[in-house]
Amino acid sequence: MDIQEYFSLVFTDYTLRTITLGTAILGAVTGMLGSFAVLRKQSLLGDAISHAALPGIAISFLITGAKDSNTLLLGALVSGLIGTFWIRGIITKTHLKSDTALGLILSLFFGFGMLLLTFIQKQPNANQAGLDKYLFGQAATLVESDVWMMAIVTGICLFVLLLFWKEFKILLFDKDYAKTLGFNSKAIDILITSFIVLAIVLGLQTVGVVLMSAMLLAPAAAARQWTNSLAKMVFLAALFGAFSGVFGTAISASQNNLSTGPVIVIVAAVFVLISFVFSPSRGLLFKQIRFIKNRRDLELHKTLAFMYHIAETHENISHPHEIKILNNFHGFTKGTLKKLVEKNYVTLQGSTWCLTNEGFKSASNLYNQLTQQDE
Amino acid sequence: MGNTIAVQIDDLTVAYDYKPVLWDIDLEIPEGVLMAIVGPNGAGKSTLIKSILGILKPIAGTVTIYGKSYKEQRSLVAYVPQKGSVDWDFPTTALDVVMMGTYGSLGWIKRPRQKEKKAALEALEKVGMLPFKNRQISQLSGGQQQRIFLARALVQDASIYFMDEPFQGVDATTEIAIINILKELRKAGKTVIVVHHDLQTVPEYFDWVTFLNVKKIATGPVKDIFNDDNLTKTYGINYKVSIQE
Repeated sequence: MDIQEYFSLVFTDYTLRTITLGTAILGAVTGMLGSFAVLRKQSLLGDAISHAALPGIAISFLITGAKDSNTLLLGALVSGLIGTFWIRGIITKTHLKSDTALGLILSLFFGFGMLLLTFIQKQPNANQAGLDKYLFGQAATLVESDVWMMAIVTGICLFVLLLFWKEFKILLFDKDYAKTLGFNSKAIDILITSFIVLAIVLGLQTVGVVLMSAMLLAPAAAARQWTNSLAKMVFLAALFGAFSGVFGTAISASQNNLSTGPVIVIVAAVFVLISFVFSPSRGLLFKQIRFIKNRRDLELHKTLAFMYHIAETHENISHPHEIKILNNFHGFTKGTLKKLVEKNYVTLQGSTWCLTNEGFKSASNLYNQLTQQDE
Repeated sequence: MGNTIAVQIDDLTVAYDYKPVLWDIDLEIPEGVLMAIVGPNGAGKSTLIKSILGILKPIAGTVTIYGKSYKEQRSLVAYVPQKGSVDWDFPTTALDVVMMGTYGSLGWIKRPRQKEKKAALEALEKVGMLPFKNRQISQLSGGQQQRIFLARALVQDASIYFMDEPFQGVDATTEIAIINILKELRKAGKTVIVVHHDLQTVPEYFDWVTFLNVKKIATGPVKDIFNDDNLTKTYGINYKVSIQE
């Protein structure tokens, strides 16, 4: 199947439609919530939470002996939440910094989860096969009820986000100030974190424990490059996330044996890369172009100012001067002289230059312009 | 001035760990003063403000605003935090930050509307930042960011203003603009409490002063108590300032 075939099948084929919808919704909700994680500088929290969910999956399998995805994800939710509150506890109750707390909980829970997984694999129970799909995810196992579940959680999440938009914003920007205004910052904090945990747990089946944090961070990081408004950033992150889901599924479905989760993550990373380079205001490319252009302008202005000071001393401003005297001056190149001629500021006669009236006027304005721009 | 007590602090003790940051502070701040809190680094100046505002929980002691707890009097109080306490690369505009000053009176869930926007624009005008209302906040200079924070507090239309180092890292023009606004607030009968670092300007800017170094050293009118004796007690070295008469 190639990509074209995929897009013609996606609306009719039940399995493809389910998987595509699932990954799109997942991408949207993680992108949306990921914006909050990124702005709170808790980018690694998602990674810790998803790893912390692993023992929950194993334990709930050990208790129920069934592989029903909802039961397993409930276990993941519980252990993810426990991990999160331990992280919070470590940060507030000890002198350890948040990166230490995150790393500690991440490796501890993940190690414990892996231990339980190997233990389960040694059990004489035919049912245990396939539990390790939660490590890297397997989108193909998504069924309609999973997608419904994702849609409902996303709906609730969107509703809460819109309802408490103002509260979320002020907490993200200035927590202490929000407190003085009477907002219960702890409650808002717990609300945001709980939703992040919920979104991560929902994605474990599709993307897996190891790569889940990328779903949270990549769309948000990409979105931040394009806008300076929080609302637009959240919207863009949801959009990038959803597109990553769809394109990732399309690529993995059209190439045999490509695992969906990693492909989605790579597509999201491509969004990040493009945003880092091509964003008009924050992108590296335009920054470099602006830098070069500004430097050229400055060289031009410096040369023009130098000429102005020489011309000033003569009664006739268009009195010709040797080009040689410019060589003493930093920033002068043949290129700048050529540009000045193009702009009709200077005329050349053999080895001499003379300032035109226009050039004299714009040079005398240079100083004023510079001081105005400063204000 | 001096009759009504705006802020009353009794036996306030605050500690981050085992070491007390503030020790047994008793302080009365009369209504209508423009007061500086001075003291060396680590003296607990910011901590004092944060404890009054309920951001930090003290180990012991009580704080009352016009005789009642802070929780009951929230609407009477506005706060200007240190500029460095937030991330200025946050995706928002100057106007949006000032609008946050209206969130308190709006309460939960309700969104700001035209009335709130108008108040925010007026506050921006007062601090001379109206032309920058749609600027992304990271593209403002340090002085402009400080003015945005001041405007956010002005929107709250409070009776008591707490400001944590509003003059830190601002140029002379902004400093004069800010002090003029503070003096206007005092003229309007408001109480303004400022954590301040530049001792030279205390007599010029303020009429009331509190010396703090973990303990309260002294508090009162600048003309009575701003002297070398109290400065030496607070800063621990022989301190001499020339007070311009």
